[in-house]
Amino acid sequence: MMLISCPHCGPRAQAEFTYERTADSVIQPDAAPAEAIEHLIARANPRGLDDEVWRHTFGCRAWLVMTRHRVTHAIEAIRAVGPEALP
Amino acid sequence: MTRYSALGLVRGVFNGQSHWQPAWRDPEPKANYDIVIIGGGGHGLATAYYLASVHGIRNVVVLEKGWIGGGNTGRNTTLVRSNYRLPQLHNFFEFGLKMWEHLSDELNYNVMFSPRGALMLGHSDADMTMLAQRGDAMRVSGIDSELLSRDQVAKLEPLLDMSRSARFPIEGGLIQRRGGTARHDAVAWGYARGADRLGVDIIQKCEVTGFVREGDAVVGVETSRGRIGAGRVAICVAGNSGHVAAMAGLKLPVESQTLQALVSEGVKPMINGVIMSQSLHCYISQSDKGGIVMGGDPDNWPSYAQRGQPMVTAGAIAQAIALVPALSRLRMLRTWGGVTDMSFDGSPIIGTTPVPGLYLNGGWCYGGFKATPASGWTYAHTLATGAPHVLNAPFDLARFRRGDTIDESGAGPMPNHR
Ligand SMILES: [Zn+2]
Repeated sequence: MMLISCPHCGPRAQAEFTYERTADSVIQPDAAPAEAIEHLIARANPRGLDDEVWRHTFGCRAWLVMTRHRVTHAIEAIRAVGPEALP
Repeated sequence: MTRYSALGLVRGVFNGQSHWQPAWRDPEPKANYDIVIIGGGGHGLATAYYLASVHGIRNVVVLEKGWIGGGNTGRNTTLVRSNYRLPQLHNFFEFGLKMWEHLSDELNYNVMFSPRGALMLGHSDADMTMLAQRGDAMRVSGIDSELLSRDQVAKLEPLLDMSRSARFPIEGGLIQRRGGTARHDAVAWGYARGADRLGVDIIQKCEVTGFVREGDAVVGVETSRGRIGAGRVAICVAGNSGHVAAMAGLKLPVESQTLQALVSEGVKPMINGVIMSQSLHCYISQSDKGGIVMGGDPDNWPSYAQRGQPMVTAGAIAQAIALVPALSRLRMLRTWGGVTDMSFDGSPIIGTTPVPGLYLNGGWCYGGFKATPASGWTYAHTLATGAPHVLNAPFDLARFRRGDTIDESGAGPMPNHR
Protein backbone atom coordinates (compact mmCIF):
# COMPACT_ATOMS: atom_id res chain seq x y z
CA MET A 1 0.00 0.00 0.00
CA MET A 2 1.30 3.45 -0.83
CA LEU A 3 1.81 6.12 1.82
CA ILE A 4 0.29 9.26 0.33
CA SER A 5 1.02 12.68 1.76
CA CYS A 6 -2.17 14.68 1.51
CA PRO A 7 -1.27 18.37 1.22
CA HIS A 8 -3.88 19.08 3.89
CA CYS A 9 -3.69 16.06 6.25
CA GLY A 10 -0.13 14.74 5.94
CA PRO A 11 0.91 11.13 5.31
CA ARG A 12 -2.04 8.72 5.16
CA ALA A 13 -2.59 5.15 4.01
CA GLN A 14 -3.59 4.67 0.38
CA ALA A 15 -6.80 2.99 1.53
CA GLU A 16 -8.14 6.50 2.35
CA PHE A 17 -7.66 7.66 -1.24
CA THR A 18 -9.35 6.93 -4.56
CA TYR A 19 -7.89 7.30 -8.01
CA GLU A 20 -10.02 9.39 -10.35
CA ARG A 21 -8.29 9.76 -13.70
CA THR A 22 -5.10 10.94 -15.33
CA ALA A 23 -4.52 14.68 -15.27
CA ASP A 24 -4.38 14.81 -19.08
CA SER A 25 -7.91 13.43 -19.29
CA VAL A 26 -9.58 16.28 -17.44
CA ILE A 27 -11.94 18.01 -19.87
CA GLN A 28 -12.39 21.75 -19.67
CA PRO A 29 -16.00 22.93 -20.05
CA ASP A 30 -15.06 25.26 -22.93
CA ALA A 31 -13.05 22.64 -24.86
CA ALA A 32 -13.89 22.22 -28.54
CA PRO A 33 -15.59 18.87 -29.26
CA ALA A 34 -12.57 17.39 -31.05
CA GLU A 35 -10.30 18.38 -28.19
CA ALA A 36 -12.75 17.04 -25.59
CA ILE A 37 -12.89 13.68 -27.40
CA GLU A 38 -9.09 13.45 -27.35
CA HIS A 39 -9.04 14.07 -23.60
CA LEU A 40 -11.83 11.55 -23.11
CA ILE A 41 -10.45 8.57 -25.04
CA ALA A 42 -6.71 9.00 -25.62
CA ARG A 43 -4.21 8.25 -22.86
CA ALA A 44 -0.44 8.52 -22.82
CA ASN A 45 -0.51 5.64 -20.31
CA PRO A 46 3.30 5.74 -19.95
CA ARG A 47 5.34 2.95 -18.41
CA GLY A 48 6.92 5.64 -16.24
CA LEU A 49 5.92 8.93 -14.65
CA ASP A 50 2.47 10.44 -15.17
CA ASP A 51 0.26 12.99 -13.44
CA GLU A 52 -2.86 11.52 -11.84
CA VAL A 53 -5.89 13.05 -10.16
CA TRP A 54 -6.61 11.39 -6.82
CA ARG A 55 -8.99 12.29 -4.03
CA HIS A 56 -8.59 12.00 -0.28
CA THR A 57 -12.08 10.48 -0.25
CA PHE A 58 -12.05 9.00 3.24
CA GLY A 59 -10.20 11.95 4.77
CA CYS A 60 -10.53 15.65 3.96
CA ARG A 61 -12.15 14.81 0.57
CA ALA A 62 -9.90 17.25 -1.28
CA TRP A 63 -8.60 16.63 -4.80
CA LEU A 64 -4.91 16.35 -5.46
CA VAL A 65 -2.60 15.72 -8.39
CA MET A 66 0.08 13.13 -7.85
CA THR A 67 3.13 12.56 -10.06
CA ARG A 68 3.73 8.85 -9.69
CA HIS A 69 5.90 6.20 -11.33
CA ARG A 70 3.79 3.43 -12.87
CA VAL A 71 6.37 0.67 -12.35
CA THR A 72 7.98 1.50 -8.98
CA HIS A 73 4.90 3.31 -7.56
CA ALA A 74 7.33 5.96 -6.23
CA ILE A 75 5.52 9.27 -5.68
CA GLU A 76 7.57 12.18 -7.02
CA ALA A 77 5.26 15.07 -6.14
CA ILE A 78 1.81 15.82 -4.80
CA ARG A 79 0.02 19.12 -5.13
CA ALA A 80 -3.34 20.35 -3.99
CA VAL A 81 -5.66 21.56 -6.71
CA GLY A 82 -9.07 23.06 -7.15
CA PRO A 83 -11.09 22.77 -10.36
CA GLU A 84 -9.61 26.07 -11.58
CA ALA A 85 -6.03 24.78 -11.27
CA LEU A 86 -6.43 21.55 -13.21
CA PRO A 87 -4.48 21.36 -16.47
CA MET B 1 8.96 -32.57 -35.10
CA THR B 2 7.70 -35.63 -33.24
CA ARG B 3 3.96 -35.94 -32.99
CA TYR B 4 2.84 -36.42 -29.40
CA SER B 5 0.97 -39.66 -28.86
CA ALA B 6 0.56 -42.52 -26.42
CA LEU B 7 2.72 -44.58 -28.75
CA GLY B 8 5.53 -42.04 -28.28
CA LEU B 9 5.41 -42.58 -24.52
CA VAL B 10 5.55 -46.34 -25.01
CA ARG B 11 8.51 -45.94 -27.34
CA GLY B 12 10.23 -43.91 -24.63
CA VAL B 13 10.01 -46.82 -22.24
CA PHE B 14 12.72 -48.51 -24.32
CA ASN B 15 15.01 -45.48 -24.75
CA GLY B 16 14.65 -43.78 -21.35
CA GLN B 17 12.37 -41.11 -22.91
CA SER B 18 15.49 -39.74 -24.61
CA HIS B 19 13.96 -39.17 -28.06
CA TRP B 20 12.04 -36.02 -27.18
CA GLN B 21 13.12 -32.84 -28.94
CA PRO B 22 12.65 -29.22 -27.83
CA ALA B 23 9.08 -28.18 -28.66
CA TRP B 24 10.27 -25.16 -30.65
CA ARG B 25 13.54 -23.88 -32.11
CA ASP B 26 15.58 -20.97 -30.74
CA PRO B 27 16.57 -19.25 -34.02
CA GLU B 28 18.52 -16.07 -34.69
CA PRO B 29 16.23 -13.31 -35.99
CA LYS B 30 16.32 -12.78 -39.75
CA ALA B 31 16.71 -9.30 -41.28
CA ASN B 32 13.18 -9.24 -42.68
CA TYR B 33 9.81 -10.90 -42.17
CA ASP B 34 6.45 -10.55 -43.87
CA ILE B 35 4.86 -10.06 -40.48
CA VAL B 36 6.45 -9.16 -37.14
CA ILE B 37 4.30 -9.93 -34.11
CA ILE B 38 5.27 -8.05 -30.95
CA GLY B 39 4.42 -10.13 -27.90
CA GLY B 40 4.80 -13.86 -27.33
CA GLY B 41 1.76 -14.45 -25.19
CA GLY B 42 -1.06 -16.79 -26.11
CA HIS B 43 -2.63 -14.21 -28.43
CA GLY B 44 0.59 -13.45 -30.34
CA LEU B 45 1.48 -17.12 -30.68
CA ALA B 46 -2.05 -18.03 -31.77
CA THR B 47 -1.93 -15.24 -34.34
CA ALA B 48 1.33 -16.62 -35.73
CA TYR B 49 -0.09 -20.15 -35.78
CA TYR B 50 -3.20 -19.15 -37.75
CA LEU B 51 -1.21 -16.91 -40.12
CA ALA B 52 0.85 -19.97 -41.01
CA SER B 53 -1.81 -22.67 -40.88
CA VAL B 54 -4.85 -20.86 -42.30
CA HIS B 55 -3.36 -18.14 -44.50
CA GLY B 56 -0.11 -19.82 -45.57
CA ILE B 57 2.00 -16.87 -44.38
CA ARG B 58 5.02 -18.54 -42.78
CA ASN B 59 7.67 -15.83 -42.96
CA VAL B 60 6.55 -14.61 -39.54
CA VAL B 61 8.38 -13.84 -36.30
CA VAL B 62 7.07 -13.53 -32.75
CA LEU B 63 9.19 -11.21 -30.60
CA GLU B 64 8.93 -11.62 -26.82
CA LYS B 65 10.79 -9.41 -24.35
CA GLY B 66 10.72 -12.06 -21.63
CA TRP B 67 9.73 -15.68 -22.06
CA ILE B 68 6.68 -16.87 -23.96
CA GLY B 69 3.50 -17.11 -21.90
CA GLY B 70 5.16 -15.23 -19.02
CA GLY B 71 2.87 -12.21 -19.12
CA ASN B 72 -0.89 -12.31 -18.72
CA THR B 73 -1.11 -15.79 -20.27
CA GLY B 74 0.50 -16.98 -17.04
CA ARG B 75 -1.24 -14.48 -14.77
CA ASN B 76 -4.97 -15.15 -15.02
CA THR B 77 -7.59 -17.52 -13.63
CA THR B 78 -7.82 -19.67 -16.82
CA LEU B 79 -11.61 -19.30 -17.20
CA VAL B 80 -13.18 -20.01 -20.58
CA ARG B 81 -16.77 -18.95 -21.32
CA SER B 82 -18.88 -16.95 -23.77
CA ASN B 83 -21.69 -15.78 -21.47
CA TYR B 84 -21.93 -12.15 -22.54
CA ARG B 85 -25.08 -10.15 -23.12
CA LEU B 86 -24.03 -8.08 -26.15
CA PRO B 87 -24.05 -9.95 -29.48
CA GLN B 88 -20.70 -8.54 -30.65
CA LEU B 89 -19.10 -10.03 -27.54
CA HIS B 90 -20.92 -13.32 -27.25
CA ASN B 91 -20.55 -14.08 -30.96
CA PHE B 92 -16.82 -13.45 -30.71
CA PHE B 93 -16.29 -15.45 -27.52
CA GLU B 94 -18.58 -18.26 -28.69
CA PHE B 95 -16.48 -18.62 -31.84
CA GLY B 96 -13.54 -18.94 -29.45
CA LEU B 97 -15.30 -21.41 -27.17
CA LYS B 98 -15.99 -23.68 -30.13
CA MET B 99 -12.28 -23.52 -30.95
CA TRP B 100 -11.40 -24.42 -27.34
CA GLU B 101 -13.49 -27.57 -27.65
CA HIS B 102 -11.14 -28.89 -30.36
CA LEU B 103 -7.92 -27.08 -29.48
CA SER B 104 -6.04 -30.06 -28.01
CA ASP B 105 -6.64 -32.04 -31.21
CA GLU B 106 -5.86 -29.07 -33.45
CA LEU B 107 -2.52 -28.43 -31.73
CA ASN B 108 -1.67 -32.05 -30.84
CA TYR B 109 -1.05 -30.61 -27.39
CA ASN B 110 -3.25 -31.21 -24.35
CA VAL B 111 -4.53 -27.79 -23.26
CA MET B 112 -6.63 -29.57 -20.62
CA PHE B 113 -9.82 -27.72 -21.55
CA SER B 114 -12.35 -28.78 -18.95
CA PRO B 115 -15.94 -27.70 -19.66
CA ARG B 116 -17.10 -28.04 -16.07
CA GLY B 117 -19.71 -25.28 -16.30
CA ALA B 118 -19.57 -21.53 -15.67
CA LEU B 119 -22.17 -20.56 -13.08
CA MET B 120 -23.15 -16.95 -12.47
CA LEU B 121 -25.00 -16.38 -9.20
CA GLY B 122 -27.89 -13.97 -8.70
CA HIS B 123 -28.47 -12.37 -5.30
CA SER B 124 -31.70 -10.43 -5.80
CA ASP B 125 -34.74 -10.10 -8.04
CA ALA B 126 -32.83 -7.50 -10.02
CA ASP B 127 -29.88 -9.86 -10.44
CA MET B 128 -32.16 -12.65 -11.64
CA THR B 129 -33.76 -10.28 -14.17
CA MET B 130 -30.31 -9.35 -15.46
CA LEU B 131 -29.29 -13.00 -15.67
CA ALA B 132 -32.49 -13.95 -17.49
CA GLN B 133 -31.91 -11.12 -19.95
CA ARG B 134 -28.31 -12.21 -20.51
CA GLY B 135 -29.33 -15.85 -20.91
CA ASP B 136 -32.07 -14.96 -23.39
CA ALA B 137 -29.67 -12.82 -25.42
CA MET B 138 -27.26 -15.74 -25.60
CA ARG B 139 -29.92 -18.28 -26.56
CA VAL B 140 -31.17 -16.02 -29.36
CA SER B 141 -27.66 -16.32 -30.77
CA GLY B 142 -27.67 -20.09 -30.35
CA ILE B 143 -25.39 -20.17 -27.30
CA ASP B 144 -26.17 -22.52 -24.41
CA SER B 145 -27.35 -20.92 -21.19
CA GLU B 146 -29.75 -22.09 -18.56
CA LEU B 147 -31.45 -20.17 -15.78
CA LEU B 148 -31.27 -22.09 -12.51
CA SER B 149 -33.44 -22.00 -9.40
CA ARG B 150 -32.06 -21.79 -5.85
CA ASP B 151 -32.42 -25.55 -5.45
CA GLN B 152 -30.63 -26.31 -8.69
CA VAL B 153 -27.75 -24.03 -7.67
CA ALA B 154 -27.54 -25.66 -4.23
CA LYS B 155 -27.38 -29.10 -5.82
CA LEU B 156 -24.66 -28.01 -8.24
CA GLU B 157 -22.38 -26.43 -5.62
CA PRO B 158 -23.29 -27.88 -2.20
CA LEU B 159 -20.76 -25.72 -0.30
CA LEU B 160 -22.41 -22.41 -1.26
CA ASP B 161 -24.03 -20.61 1.66
CA MET B 162 -27.71 -20.92 0.65
CA SER B 163 -29.08 -19.65 3.95
CA ARG B 164 -31.42 -16.66 3.97
CA SER B 165 -29.13 -14.91 6.43
CA ALA B 166 -26.12 -15.17 4.11
CA ARG B 167 -24.21 -11.94 3.46
CA PHE B 168 -25.08 -12.38 -0.23
CA PRO B 169 -28.23 -14.51 -0.32
CA ILE B 170 -28.42 -16.68 -3.43
CA GLU B 171 -31.68 -16.50 -5.41
CA GLY B 172 -30.59 -18.59 -8.39
CA GLY B 173 -28.12 -18.52 -11.19
CA LEU B 174 -27.32 -18.71 -14.87
CA ILE B 175 -25.10 -21.49 -16.09
CA GLN B 176 -23.21 -22.01 -19.29
CA ARG B 177 -22.42 -25.71 -19.06
CA ARG B 178 -19.90 -25.61 -21.92
CA GLY B 179 -17.76 -23.05 -20.06
CA GLY B 180 -14.88 -24.11 -17.87
CA THR B 181 -11.12 -23.86 -17.43
CA ALA B 182 -7.94 -24.72 -19.35
CA ARG B 183 -4.24 -25.08 -18.67
CA HIS B 184 -2.65 -21.67 -19.33
CA ASP B 185 0.96 -22.73 -20.05
CA ALA B 186 -0.19 -25.47 -22.40
CA VAL B 187 -2.03 -22.90 -24.50
CA ALA B 188 1.12 -20.84 -25.03
CA TRP B 189 3.35 -23.88 -25.53
CA GLY B 190 0.89 -25.64 -27.83
CA TYR B 191 0.53 -22.63 -30.12
CA ALA B 192 4.30 -22.00 -30.00
CA ARG B 193 5.06 -25.58 -31.01
CA GLY B 194 2.42 -25.52 -33.75
CA ALA B 195 3.64 -22.20 -35.15
CA ASP B 196 7.29 -23.22 -34.99
CA ARG B 197 6.57 -26.44 -36.87
CA LEU B 198 5.04 -24.35 -39.69
CA GLY B 199 8.15 -22.18 -39.94
CA VAL B 200 7.39 -19.27 -37.62
CA ASP B 201 10.43 -17.94 -35.70
CA ILE B 202 9.90 -17.40 -31.98
CA ILE B 203 12.53 -15.06 -30.51
CA GLN B 204 12.55 -14.74 -26.73
CA LYS B 205 14.42 -12.14 -24.66
CA CYS B 206 14.02 -9.69 -27.55
CA GLU B 207 12.40 -6.39 -26.61
CA VAL B 208 11.05 -3.96 -29.18
CA THR B 209 12.50 -0.51 -28.48
CA GLY B 210 11.13 1.47 -31.42
CA PHE B 211 9.58 1.42 -34.87
CA VAL B 212 11.30 1.89 -38.21
CA ARG B 213 9.34 4.44 -40.23
CA GLU B 214 9.25 5.19 -43.94
CA GLY B 215 7.19 8.32 -44.25
CA ASP B 216 4.08 7.64 -42.17
CA ALA B 217 4.34 3.89 -42.48
CA VAL B 218 5.90 1.42 -40.08
CA VAL B 219 8.28 -0.84 -41.99
CA GLY B 220 10.10 -2.58 -39.17
CA VAL B 221 11.08 -2.61 -35.53
CA GLU B 222 14.19 -1.74 -33.55
CA THR B 223 14.86 -4.42 -30.95
CA SER B 224 17.36 -5.30 -28.26
CA ARG B 225 18.74 -7.75 -30.87
CA GLY B 226 18.92 -5.33 -33.77
CA ARG B 227 16.70 -3.97 -36.51
CA ILE B 228 14.11 -6.27 -38.11
CA GLY B 229 12.29 -5.24 -41.28
CA ALA B 230 8.60 -6.06 -41.65
CA GLY B 231 5.84 -6.00 -44.21
CA ARG B 232 3.35 -5.56 -41.40
CA VAL B 233 3.85 -5.08 -37.65
CA ALA B 234 1.34 -6.49 -35.19
CA ILE B 235 1.18 -5.18 -31.63
CA CYS B 236 -0.06 -7.91 -29.29
CA VAL B 237 1.28 -6.94 -25.88
CA ALA B 238 -1.75 -6.73 -23.54
CA GLY B 239 -0.84 -4.47 -20.59
CA ASN B 240 2.02 -2.88 -22.48
CA SER B 241 -0.21 -1.76 -25.39
CA GLY B 242 0.03 1.90 -24.36
CA HIS B 243 3.80 1.71 -23.95
CA VAL B 244 4.39 0.14 -27.38
CA ALA B 245 1.79 2.23 -29.22
CA ALA B 246 3.44 5.37 -27.82
CA MET B 247 6.62 4.46 -29.75
CA ALA B 248 4.52 4.98 -32.90
CA GLY B 249 3.07 8.23 -31.56
CA LEU B 250 -0.32 6.73 -30.76
CA LYS B 251 -2.44 7.38 -27.68
CA LEU B 252 -4.92 4.60 -27.00
CA PRO B 253 -8.24 4.42 -25.11
CA VAL B 254 -6.45 2.15 -22.67
CA GLU B 255 -5.19 2.43 -19.12
CA SER B 256 -2.93 -0.25 -17.64
CA GLN B 257 -3.95 -1.57 -14.25
CA THR B 258 -3.03 -4.54 -12.08
CA LEU B 259 -5.33 -7.55 -11.88
CA GLN B 260 -4.56 -10.01 -9.14
CA ALA B 261 -5.55 -13.57 -8.43
CA LEU B 262 -4.56 -16.17 -5.90
CA VAL B 263 -4.60 -19.88 -5.26
CA SER B 264 -4.99 -21.84 -2.05
CA GLU B 265 -3.27 -25.02 -0.93
CA GLY B 266 -4.53 -28.13 -2.72
CA VAL B 267 -7.57 -29.84 -1.24
CA LYS B 268 -9.95 -32.61 -2.25
CA PRO B 269 -12.65 -31.66 -4.79
CA MET B 270 -14.98 -29.07 -3.24
CA ILE B 271 -15.85 -26.66 -6.07
CA ASN B 272 -17.38 -28.44 -9.06
CA GLY B 273 -17.39 -25.73 -11.69
CA VAL B 274 -16.62 -22.06 -12.08
CA ILE B 275 -18.52 -19.77 -9.69
CA MET B 276 -19.08 -16.12 -10.56
CA SER B 277 -21.62 -13.55 -9.47
CA GLN B 278 -23.84 -10.97 -11.14
CA SER B 279 -23.37 -8.45 -8.31
CA LEU B 280 -19.97 -9.29 -6.85
CA HIS B 281 -16.65 -9.30 -8.61
CA CYS B 282 -15.36 -12.65 -7.51
CA TYR B 283 -14.34 -15.80 -9.40
CA ILE B 284 -13.93 -19.19 -7.73
CA SER B 285 -12.80 -22.44 -9.33
CA GLN B 286 -10.71 -25.43 -8.35
CA SER B 287 -7.61 -26.33 -10.32
CA ASP B 288 -6.92 -29.89 -11.37
CA LYS B 289 -4.21 -29.96 -8.69
CA GLY B 290 -6.85 -29.09 -6.08
CA GLY B 291 -5.98 -25.46 -5.35
CA ILE B 292 -8.90 -23.05 -5.11
CA VAL B 293 -8.27 -20.28 -7.63
CA MET B 294 -9.84 -16.93 -6.79
CA GLY B 295 -9.89 -13.58 -8.52
CA GLY B 296 -11.64 -10.27 -8.06
CA ASP B 297 -11.54 -6.60 -8.96
CA PRO B 298 -8.53 -4.95 -10.54
CA ASP B 299 -6.47 -2.57 -8.43
CA ASN B 300 -8.31 0.51 -9.62
CA TRP B 301 -5.33 2.71 -10.40
CA PRO B 302 -2.72 2.68 -13.17
CA SER B 303 0.29 0.40 -12.75
CA TYR B 304 2.80 -1.58 -14.81
CA ALA B 305 4.28 -3.25 -11.73
CA GLN B 306 2.93 -6.81 -12.24
CA ARG B 307 2.27 -6.93 -8.53
CA GLY B 308 -0.80 -5.80 -6.64
CA GLN B 309 -1.83 -4.73 -3.19
CA PRO B 310 -3.07 -7.11 -0.49
CA MET B 311 -6.10 -4.95 0.35
CA VAL B 312 -7.57 -5.77 -3.07
CA THR B 313 -7.06 -9.54 -2.79
CA ALA B 314 -8.46 -9.32 0.74
CA GLY B 315 -11.66 -7.93 -0.77
CA ALA B 316 -11.91 -10.79 -3.27
CA ILE B 317 -11.25 -13.35 -0.53
CA ALA B 318 -13.92 -11.80 1.71
CA GLN B 319 -16.47 -12.13 -1.11
CA ALA B 320 -15.44 -15.71 -1.85
CA ILE B 321 -15.72 -16.69 1.82
CA ALA B 322 -19.14 -15.05 2.05
CA LEU B 323 -20.29 -17.27 -0.84
CA VAL B 324 -18.45 -20.45 0.23
CA PRO B 325 -17.77 -20.24 3.99
CA ALA B 326 -15.64 -23.41 3.96
CA LEU B 327 -12.96 -21.49 2.06
CA SER B 328 -12.11 -19.65 5.29
CA ARG B 329 -10.29 -22.77 6.51
CA LEU B 330 -7.82 -22.81 3.60
CA ARG B 331 -4.34 -21.36 3.55
CA MET B 332 -3.25 -19.19 0.65
CA LEU B 333 -0.45 -20.65 -1.44
CA ARG B 334 0.39 -17.96 -3.98
CA THR B 335 -0.82 -14.68 -5.44
CA TRP B 336 0.04 -13.06 -8.75
CA GLY B 337 -0.65 -9.87 -10.62
CA GLY B 338 -0.81 -9.10 -14.31
CA VAL B 339 -0.86 -5.78 -16.17
CA THR B 340 -4.28 -5.56 -17.79
CA ASP B 341 -4.95 -3.11 -20.59
CA MET B 342 -8.27 -1.69 -19.45
CA SER B 343 -10.07 -0.30 -22.49
CA PHE B 344 -12.63 2.47 -22.14
CA ASP B 345 -15.67 0.34 -22.94
CA GLY B 346 -14.46 -2.92 -21.42
CA SER B 347 -14.12 -4.57 -24.84
CA PRO B 348 -11.01 -5.46 -26.83
CA ILE B 349 -9.48 -3.63 -29.79
CA ILE B 350 -8.43 -5.76 -32.79
CA GLY B 351 -7.66 -4.13 -36.10
CA THR B 352 -5.84 -1.45 -38.00
CA THR B 353 -4.38 1.74 -36.55
CA PRO B 354 -4.03 5.22 -38.10
CA VAL B 355 -0.39 4.28 -38.83
CA PRO B 356 0.01 2.37 -42.14
CA GLY B 357 1.57 -1.03 -41.63
CA LEU B 358 0.83 -1.10 -37.89
CA TYR B 359 -1.91 -3.26 -36.37
CA LEU B 360 -3.22 -3.47 -32.83
CA ASN B 361 -4.61 -6.27 -30.70
CA GLY B 362 -5.19 -5.14 -27.12
CA GLY B 363 -7.61 -3.68 -24.61
CA TRP B 364 -8.47 -7.11 -23.24
CA CYS B 365 -9.22 -5.81 -19.74
CA TYR B 366 -9.55 -8.91 -17.54
CA GLY B 367 -11.01 -11.18 -20.25
CA GLY B 368 -8.08 -12.05 -22.47
CA PHE B 369 -7.30 -15.68 -21.69
CA LYS B 370 -10.56 -17.20 -22.91
CA ALA B 371 -10.28 -15.17 -26.10
CA THR B 372 -6.89 -16.60 -27.08
CA PRO B 373 -8.01 -18.81 -30.04
CA ALA B 374 -10.57 -16.32 -31.42
CA SER B 375 -8.19 -13.42 -30.94
CA GLY B 376 -5.46 -15.22 -32.86
CA TRP B 377 -7.86 -16.32 -35.59
CA THR B 378 -9.36 -12.89 -36.23
CA TYR B 379 -6.06 -11.00 -35.84
CA ALA B 380 -4.39 -13.37 -38.31
CA HIS B 381 -7.26 -12.76 -40.74
CA THR B 382 -6.88 -9.00 -40.32
CA LEU B 383 -3.10 -9.13 -40.84
CA ALA B 384 -3.29 -11.48 -43.80
CA THR B 385 -6.04 -9.65 -45.69
CA GLY B 386 -5.59 -6.09 -44.43
CA ALA B 387 -9.28 -6.07 -43.44
CA PRO B 388 -11.04 -7.30 -40.31
CA HIS B 389 -12.84 -10.64 -39.98
CA VAL B 390 -16.60 -10.20 -39.50
CA LEU B 391 -16.15 -11.11 -35.82
CA ASN B 392 -13.57 -8.43 -34.99
CA ALA B 393 -14.95 -5.71 -37.27
CA PRO B 394 -16.97 -4.19 -34.39
CA PHE B 395 -13.83 -4.04 -32.22
CA ASP B 396 -11.93 -1.48 -34.27
CA LEU B 397 -9.94 1.30 -32.67
CA ALA B 398 -11.96 4.02 -34.40
CA ARG B 399 -15.20 3.02 -32.60
CA PHE B 400 -14.35 5.23 -29.64
CA ARG B 401 -14.20 8.32 -31.84
CA ARG B 402 -17.47 7.30 -33.50
CA GLY B 403 -19.14 6.87 -30.11
CA ASP B 404 -19.87 3.28 -31.15
CA THR B 405 -18.58 1.61 -28.00
CA ILE B 406 -19.35 -1.97 -26.93
CA ASP B 407 -20.03 -1.46 -23.25
CA GLU B 408 -21.26 -4.73 -21.71
CA SER B 409 -21.55 -3.31 -18.20
CA GLY B 410 -22.84 0.11 -19.25
CA ALA B 411 -20.23 1.74 -17.06
CA GLY B 412 -19.08 4.53 -19.35
CA PRO B 413 -15.62 5.57 -20.39
CA MET B 414 -13.64 5.45 -17.13
CA PRO B 415 -11.84 2.12 -16.69
CA ASN B 416 -11.59 2.53 -12.93
CA HIS B 417 -15.37 3.03 -12.59
CA ARG B 418 -16.05 -0.26 -14.33
ZN1 LIG C 1 -6.58 15.14 3.15
